[in-house]
Amino acid sequence: MAEEFVSGLCERIRARAASGGGLRIRGGGTKDFYGGDFYGGATGAAEVLDMAGWTGIVAYEPRELVLTVRAGTPLGEVEAALAAERQMLPFEPPHFAPAAGPPPNASVGDATIGGTVATGLSGPRRPYAGAVRDFVLGTRIVNGKGEALAFGGRVIKNVAGYDVSRLMAGALGTLGVLTEISFKVLPLPAAETTLAFALSQAEAIDAANRWAGQPLPLSACAWHEGILRVRLSGAPPAVDAAKAKLGGDEDAAGERFWPDLRDQRLDFFAGESPLWRLAVPQTAAPLMPGHPQLLDWGGGVRWLRGPVDAFTVRSTVERVGGHATLFRGGDKSVGVFHPLPPALMKIHRRLKAAFDPAGILNPGRMYDF
Amino acid sequence: MGAVALEAGSRARALAALRAVRPPLAIVADDEGLKPFETDAFIAHRETPMLAVLPETQAQVREIVLACRRLGVPVVSRGAGTGISGGAIPRSDGVLLVLTRMRRIVELDTRARVAHVEPGVRNLRVSEVAAPAGLFYAPDPSSQSVCSIGGNVAENSGGVHCLKYGLTTHNLLAVRAVDGDGDVIDTGSLALDAPGYDLLALVTGSEGNLGVITRVAVRLLPLPEATQTLLAAFSSVRAAAEAVGEIIGAGIVPAALEMMDRVVIEACERSMALGFPVDAEALLLVEVDGCAEEALAAAGAVRGILERCGAVEVRLAADALERERLWKSRKGAFTALAHILPDFYTIDGTIPRRCLPEILERVYALAAQYGLTVGNVFHAGDGNIHPCIFYDANAPGDLDRAEELGGRILEACVEAGGTITGEHGVGIEKLRQMCVQFSPAELSAFHAVKAAFDPDGILNPGKAVPTLRRCTEFGGLRVEGGRLPRPDIPRF
Repeated sequence: MAEEFVSGLCERIRARAASGGGLRIRGGGTKDFYGGDFYGGATGAAEVLDMAGWTGIVAYEPRELVLTVRAGTPLGEVEAALAAERQMLPFEPPHFAPAAGPPPNASVGDATIGGTVATGLSGPRRPYAGAVRDFVLGTRIVNGKGEALAFGGRVIKNVAGYDVSRLMAGALGTLGVLTEISFKVLPLPAAETTLAFALSQAEAIDAANRWAGQPLPLSACAWHEGILRVRLSGAPPAVDAAKAKLGGDEDAAGERFWPDLRDQRLDFFAGESPLWRLAVPQTAAPLMPGHPQLLDWGGGVRWLRGPVDAFTVRSTVERVGGHATLFRGGDKSVGVFHPLPPALMKIHRRLKAAFDPAGILNPGRMYDF
Repeated sequence: MGAVALEAGSRARALAALRAVRPPLAIVADDEGLKPFETDAFIAHRETPMLAVLPETQAQVREIVLACRRLGVPVVSRGAGTGISGGAIPRSDGVLLVLTRMRRIVELDTRARVAHVEPGVRNLRVSEVAAPAGLFYAPDPSSQSVCSIGGNVAENSGGVHCLKYGLTTHNLLAVRAVDGDGDVIDTGSLALDAPGYDLLALVTGSEGNLGVITRVAVRLLPLPEATQTLLAAFSSVRAAAEAVGEIIGAGIVPAALEMMDRVVIEACERSMALGFPVDAEALLLVEVDGCAEEALAAAGAVRGILERCGAVEVRLAADALERERLWKSRKGAFTALAHILPDFYTIDGTIPRRCLPEILERVYALAAQYGLTVGNVFHAGDGNIHPCIFYDANAPGDLDRAEELGGRILEACVEAGGTITGEHGVGIEKLRQMCVQFSPAELSAFHAVKAAFDPDGILNPGKAVPTLRRCTEFGGLRVEGGRLPRPDIPRF
């Protein structure tokens, strides 16, 4: 069955490549909002390539810490299978699943694992555990020429060939359609607690960086409206010792706060006003004062709301060595992703031309290719 | 005659172009001076480079690449030369770009936990300068006291603490390199991600094929508060392998989980007299870290598992000194092995951990078939095996047989669902096995990746990824040996 599905996919992609029409790769549709405006490709005739039906856990060996799963498998299903063995995807990916309800929600399911890897989005645990790309061990893809390819593997260490499987994380499907992904997974922490501290933004950035330089079981660090929340995860004695050391107040609502932050359900994220994601060095001083902000990743991500000038945002983050994404809403014609310097754009175009010469895979979703 | 004249001509042209580099560049052009650069740590093969250059700045590196590109002369980058897959072996028609003089620690930002270093900085040096701030650089290949960061990035080096702390690729923020066009590219960023494709992932482990690395921003981690080390002796490899699975199955992620087999134990016993039961078939070295209470609790749990899995003896290091003694067997293993036979060849395959007992049995069977001795000392937690094949360099044909046996072992790793290299790289050593692990379309994708960074193919050509033509030639050989790769096995 696997071979039939993949060979069918190859054929379909070959046919599209010949006709020149774009394919919009889609899983659960939870991140339809993310990325540049899709355009139809050379012929302008767009077509959705629905991967949500390609589901199933191919292999899961808890003692290997390795999981292999088909791209259309719902993220919730993957997490449940892992949780049953007291393990997890350490990068805490967002689901962005809407509440059940009438259309358009009805057409949107749970996030899929393929979309999770393609968008390369990681949650609050990222600075302390690693990002999606850090846990991708191998991928199977079909490139824009309709060739089924496998990179990486199902083992924890593998340096044979260029690391094309990690390249797929965050490539937004523009280099290939993901069909199967292998991950390194980790045990769930035995204990977890959240502490809250009343601090200014500058004080919070300072504390988050100071603590990250100490052997503490940090697993998340976020600041909003004068409160720095710190999540501790690990062996019970480690969490207890850290709690005693850091002080602060235990935040009973912490258990709900982190998933709500991850899935952008906090009030800060509500409404139609544009949402910018500023990825900066964790130590960067407070940026763009006067705009509503929420800090995640121990200062490494600054979420910003409001109709701000794209040029201003981008030059501000560039000065501190970061980059800015127009994450939701706003005018996408300014470019959703941070513009690349010419030497890097040159390599991007060459990679795209090699993996998808007809330019049919998610055209426009990342840059103008 | 004509070929010799052509070579002399291209050498003179390259020399003239490199002498024009400003500020002036250290150039080695005489045979005597080039001798030390003939090989890296894959000493079975050597080649004299046409010329060697030792730049001190990125601007010089860029000019070297531009000059070589103009002349169509291959460039092979080299750091400390500790690689054991031949990635830095020079070409007789190429320039060897030696980066050991670019060894400044440009900035140590303890607040941001980042060290900005030039490629020639030694791996261990980074941890040494970071230690006063309570920080360290996690990847620790066994050559860490001499190997350089640039080489670590090029090879995506591992070490003994990968299971918990990851490989080089997990411990980098940004890498600056000069690509094959002579453009300076910044991959990654000082933020926790970068826009566009993850070019940092591609450059890491690219074996000098995608760019010449000129600057690396490495992530520093807090030194763990406490470390506990245990050494357990088992009367069978299978029991030791079972214990490895049990420890991880119990939700413990040890900082290190290393195994040594009987050949290695006996060699260590002979040279270090550690006093282990001589009938032990396998030793397991387990290290757990964290806060004091956490490490102690984990060590207790690990001890219970080791005993339940039939360990005949378990030692827990009482202090740092004893911990060092327990590590002595692992770290001194290769030196101890050299006493058996002076020449050995280390293999680097990775397999799903559950296949450990079977793969080791297969290794012993193959070794017997080839009439060679093999010792195993390896990263059991990662499923990364390092069989050491002993041979006598003075015995005609011995090295060839050792290399052939190595190739068979790697092919067995691929059959078990693993890979031909866990951390040492492909270089020239495993080109042939690349044809076993990857399809022609996948190899073509690798060539396309290379062309995206280096369209003229001047950076370390012929290493890391075989040409399809070479695979066809190898394929012919493979059929002859009756060892066609099984097409029914998923090559994942």
